[in-house]
Amino acid sequence: MKILYFAWLRQRTGTGEEEISLPEGVHDVAGLIDWLKGRGPEYLEAFSDTSAIRVAVNQEFATLETVLRGNEEVALFPPMTGG
Amino acid sequence: MTVRVQREDFDVGAEMAALTRGNTQIGGVTSFVGLVRDMGGGAGSGAMTLEHYPGMTEKMLAAIDDEAHARWPLEASLVVHRYGRLEPGDQIVLIIVASPHRAAAFEACHFLIDWLKTKAPFWKLEETGAGEARWVEARESDDAAAERWAANSRREAAE
Repeated sequence: MKILYFAWLRQRTGTGEEEISLPEGVHDVAGLIDWLKGRGPEYLEAFSDTSAIRVAVNQEFATLETVLRGNEEVALFPPMTGG
Repeated sequence: MTVRVQREDFDVGAEMAALTRGNTQIGGVTSFVGLVRDMGGGAGSGAMTLEHYPGMTEKMLAAIDDEAHARWPLEASLVVHRYGRLEPGDQIVLIIVASPHRAAAFEACHFLIDWLKTKAPFWKLEETGAGEARWVEARESDDAAAERWAANSRREAAE
């Protein structure tokens, strides 16, 4: 699956875009974020406050409970500030 | 019925003329132009860089535009949003709405900018001086402004 990071999540993780295989035991967005936190201190810090994080799955807004099967495009970003 | 995400500036008059040309059902046109406001209070350049999510941005703007057409009798509409580095005073977003009557044009234009602010995936990185920059935080007042239209929708549905 493809994972995209925007704004300060991109800066803190040092990653804009990556391809990963759905990790074993991960079934939803919350599980994916927990797994990402285990990758290193920069990920742990970036995802420390999940209330500040918005999610899109296949370019539609999603929630922490949204189910993942492994073939999605998952985007993680802070609340939007356009306009 | 058109949305565009671009780095380039836009010409409001030219866009309005192009949008309304040849359609004599249009009786009123409203526009909203958002400008980069200097929030630095003199520190730093006040410039900002807009990042967005290519693909989803266009999709969300189109969905918001569709919603406006579903709610009001509109003849034409245009949403243009810029990205990249912009300086104070630069144009950042343009909304033009045309309808047979003014009420729909005013309301739909207001709705479009309110929804765009909370639903289109853009993020502003503000230059604060001395090579520093900070991500602009989302405002609760923007959420409240967007929510107002959701409440209106529910009320109308109940009537």
